[in-house]
Amino acid sequence: MLIDPNKCVACANCIPVCPMGAIYVDPEINRATIDRDECVECGTCFRMSGEHLNPTMVRTFRKLAKVFRFRFEPEPDVCPTSAFVMDELEWPRIARRVFSDPLVEHKSTGIHGRGTEEVKTNDVAHRVEVGEVGYVIEFGRPGVGVRFHHIQTMTRALARLGVTFEAKNPITHLMLDKSTGDLKEDLLDEKILSAIVEIKTRVDMVQPVLDTVAEVAKHIDTVIAVGVSTRCDERGEDTELAPVLEELGYSFVRAKTNMGLGRVTNVQAKEEVSDEYAAPVR
Amino acid sequence: MTNTLHRYGDAESFRDDYIIFAIPCKGKNDEGSVEKLKTFLRICASHKPANMGNSQFGSYRPSQELKPTVHWSREVSVDYDAVIDAVHKAGTVAAVFDSSEKAEACLREVKEADLGLSVNVSTSVQGAKNLGECCGIQRHSVEYSLGFTDPHDHLPNSQVLELSTMCGHGMVSFNMARKMLDMVREGRRTTDQAVATLARFCPCGVYNPERAKRLLEDARTHQA
Repeated sequence: MLIDPNKCVACANCIPVCPMGAIYVDPEINRATIDRDECVECGTCFRMSGEHLNPTMVRTFRKLAKVFRFRFEPEPDVCPTSAFVMDELEWPRIARRVFSDPLVEHKSTGIHGRGTEEVKTNDVAHRVEVGEVGYVIEFGRPGVGVRFHHIQTMTRALARLGVTFEAKNPITHLMLDKSTGDLKEDLLDEKILSAIVEIKTRVDMVQPVLDTVAEVAKHIDTVIAVGVSTRCDERGEDTELAPVLEELGYSFVRAKTNMGLGRVTNVQAKEEVSDEYAAPVR
Repeated sequence: MTNTLHRYGDAESFRDDYIIFAIPCKGKNDEGSVEKLKTFLRICASHKPANMGNSQFGSYRPSQELKPTVHWSREVSVDYDAVIDAVHKAGTVAAVFDSSEKAEACLREVKEADLGLSVNVSTSVQGAKNLGECCGIQRHSVEYSLGFTDPHDHLPNSQVLELSTMCGHGMVSFNMARKMLDMVREGRRTTDQAVATLARFCPCGVYNPERAKRLLEDARTHQA
């Protein structure tokens, strides 16, 4: 992301808008400036409302107001001169935009945001079955950001536990080796707003996985949000995962619940499903 | 839409926060899903949601065509039709409801419509379970939020967190949430104005303006 210095009027409206706190007014040039190393290319500043005002006119008014100590309080989410410019990014910096801007699609999975379906489509995808536990371990959220080398510290620790990394997940796609959890080297210093590592285990692995996450979290300078999922039984009850979590002392008041209304409707996928069910009969 | 999973607050604070979203599964039911997604959103719109979104923008959205008079008089209008009309490819669409009654009525109609898309409810564990039972739906899968781990003390106070985590993609910055809290406390913005400002940053349309309004009203007199 860039700020056009010919347009910027140093009104500072964009400073609180940035989720990473990467924007400041540089007193030497009297223009808003982006700390490129901290910027995660999320596009929040770029999407601010705009007025396309003439910068010279706005600067003149601001100077006059300053002389008379008149404080004008503008709408807080407006860049008066639409000064932000989304520049072309190249690898590896483009990974920042892909992982941080929710409007950008992850090419590896074809999904926006963090690029994974998790158990949101479990009723048709069957990612996590009864007796299995899915984990979405999210880094950098909320509002802190994370560098890929921090994520790698976790993926390496999880790989040592022998977990299964979800194939349809953007971080898994960046792994050089799923057995070690190593990520592509040229990415490691890039900072992003957030990313999800997704794994699956049997229920008896819940404690070692969550203990590992908590331990590794102490050594990486970010925040981590953890979601754990399972498939409910035929009565719609979770009799396996919730009791384990309670026994381990976790409280969980919020959840995302798949209501099971989905079904396979793509023609090719339907044929595959019927073949799958036909197989044992043959 | 882990985007909605880790909202900060206790179960009581989710009493006016029900998100219902539909999502096609790649390779399983995404063919021809655009019209189904629009139907889902039309059903949601008929039950007076607090917000609605199509993964590109929500019913509160920024504008690049503002006039300078906006600083004195800014009209806040929600445009559900624009959200529905802009669905042009398979993706997640969502609606936020501020009461269990509205969410239940919506879910019931979505079930009857039998769209074949995966439908999820994001709220308290018990809230979603109750909703399913009222509509005769048995839960298929559940994903629990275990909350945040913050050993390095990065996170701000609970009021800022409650406001900012309603955009799980992190587009509502801590600093902007803090600024709106201050402006409301200082009488420089009404809660409605502050809420509209915050909601415009959430491009998925899952920011809950009604809950935010309640939180800002509470915060006016109780500083965290």
